[in-house]
Amino acid sequence: MNASLGIFFVLAAVAVAGAVSLILQRHPIHCALSLIVVMVALAGLYLLLGAEFVAAVQIIVYGGAIMVLFVFVIMLLNAGEEERTNFSKIAAYAGIPMAVAVAGLIAAAIARSSLPPAQATTVLTSTKSLSMLLFREFVYPFELTSFLILVAILGAIVLAQREGN
Amino acid sequence: MVPTNYYLILSAVLFGLGIVAFIFKRNIITIFMAIELMLNAVNLAFVAFSQAFGKSDGEVFVLFVILVAAAEAAVGLGIIILTARNRRSLNVERVNLLKL
Amino acid sequence: MSEFLHQYAFLIVPIIKVVILVFVVLTVDAYLTWLERKVIAHIQARWGPHRVGPHGLMQPLADGLKFIFKEDPLPASVDKPAYFIAPFITLMLAVTSLSVIPFGPQKFTLWGYQSSLGIADVNISLLVLFAITALGVYGVALGGWASNNKYSLLGGLRSSAQMISYELALTLSVVGVLLIAGDFSLRGIVEQQDTANLGLLSWNLFGFGHGYGFTQLIGFACFFLAAIAETNRVPFDLPEAESELVAGYHTEYASMKFAMFFIAEYTSMIAVSCLATILFFGGWLSPFPPSWTFAHYVPSLLLIPFGLWMIFDGIRYENIFGRILLPGIGTVLTLIGIALIVFPQANELFQGLFWFVAKVFVFLFVYIWMRGTLPRFRYDQLMSFGWKLLLPVSIANVVLTSAVILWRMHQ
Repeated sequence: MNASLGIFFVLAAVAVAGAVSLILQRHPIHCALSLIVVMVALAGLYLLLGAEFVAAVQIIVYGGAIMVLFVFVIMLLNAGEEERTNFSKIAAYAGIPMAVAVAGLIAAAIARSSLPPAQATTVLTSTKSLSMLLFREFVYPFELTSFLILVAILGAIVLAQREGN
Repeated sequence: MVPTNYYLILSAVLFGLGIVAFIFKRNIITIFMAIELMLNAVNLAFVAFSQAFGKSDGEVFVLFVILVAAAEAAVGLGIIILTARNRRSLNVERVNLLKL
Repeated sequence: MSEFLHQYAFLIVPIIKVVILVFVVLTVDAYLTWLERKVIAHIQARWGPHRVGPHGLMQPLADGLKFIFKEDPLPASVDKPAYFIAPFITLMLAVTSLSVIPFGPQKFTLWGYQSSLGIADVNISLLVLFAITALGVYGVALGGWASNNKYSLLGGLRSSAQMISYELALTLSVVGVLLIAGDFSLRGIVEQQDTANLGLLSWNLFGFGHGYGFTQLIGFACFFLAAIAETNRVPFDLPEAESELVAGYHTEYASMKFAMFFIAEYTSMIAVSCLATILFFGGWLSPFPPSWTFAHYVPSLLLIPFGLWMIFDGIRYENIFGRILLPGIGTVLTLIGIALIVFPQANELFQGLFWFVAKVFVFLFVYIWMRGTLPRFRYDQLMSFGWKLLLPVSIANVVLTSAVILWRMHQ
């Protein structure tokens, strides 16, 4: 049990706890906070995998922009707590064990498959190699995503206008 | 060292929890957050494979997924604001005008 | 014991550095409040705090005691998790942002562990700082929302909207420096400015001599303005102005939690000043070229007169406390100055740290100076300045810098 495995289990536990908290919390703002915790834990896992640029981009874009957007919308719409629902008992008593069984089956299948073995030391992906890849082989999708973002901005502006404007 | 399987199992667990949240929650914004959780789980699988095979293609894919998720969040939240204004509620079960 | 130290040195050395850094930064924060009150007071033709100790030097101590002993009320209808987390997040992020800043060029080996003068020396330290700035919006937004108070909510939303708008200009204004340096790590950026041996002119601000450099004056102007807006300081401090929205997002926070917001603001001011010196002003490089060896005595030349002045000023004090404290500090400074002249090795070690601290203090003084002289922006003026002026100018800086680099590379 070396340090990487220990850090992995801690971060994985934090991520799963955040995801479970997303399900169990009632107020949307607490769900948003749980999701931010999941994203920061995942950024830590990316660092463990040697993807330092992706970890930083994850925190900056996902944690610092997208989730801020969510939090703003929740505050703007003044979302309150969720109402009680007519919760089906069959779904809980039969569904959850079955879901756990299916998940266990998939996990066992994954654990037994022959994937490339874990490397001895984590190779840090340098930003330089990532950018070479991004701007040479993947330059076409890169330019297309800039179009996509422009369209999204225009769409968001149009959607957010008041009526009669 | 951490075997790649562990990352994949974690990714599958997070994806499953995202599906559970998607099905069981009734607030539109929370459902949208569950979609983001699923996207993040897939990103983790991409990066794990990228480290396992030694190529950086997976990480480039992750960058694209993050970009597209940002665009999707912007437009999706705009739609959510309009729907909430129209139906005066954030409960998905209230958006039922097309129901028989 | 030595075995234990050698085995766990990778953990113990950073912990020691963290303890020292947190202690130093909190003290600097406290005395920054003193400096601010004194400087603003003298700008406004009055004395600042001058009663509590000699020249009011014990005022931060009195403020700290006040914060500790004041009642910490908890309003009834706040959202408790978010209310408690908000000041913690802000303070934690502000102090964490200091962990990646390199303070000096020296690398040393302690108990078999090689480290440098900076807590963490990662390859992406600039991106880590941006990530922390990006996450800093949450403290403000959650603090404003959790207070269950419409003024707090408005102040919080305004402040977070301001912060995310100016974050873009902040990030883009640094891209020019990144293009010149080719490295995300702050230590690499300063070392790249060190390759030309021109002293003042080789800083990224003027950009002569290294790589395919280009002057980053526009980049620095955009960065500094965006940084002032990020830290919510005058003239961009509408969200926390007292005459506008009661006190904005920290209305409902009292004693200790308000102190956390307060300390976080000053710490992020220090972090941004450190960042500005590293990126544009050469970090720990001296403004004199390295070939001018007499310039190595400038720190002593500044310290000795200052120490002597403190001694003479303290002796004439009427209070017995002032008569002991000020001459004591003055004697220490004079002795340090003399020791630096006598021992050249200590002088070499002291150089980098001295210039770094001096530049950071110049920036902090400019921050305080602006607070004393400028009126504040109205909110719509603030937002239009950020989006319509600062962002296009930052983008133009990126385009210009990359065009010049490309042109020079082909010559």
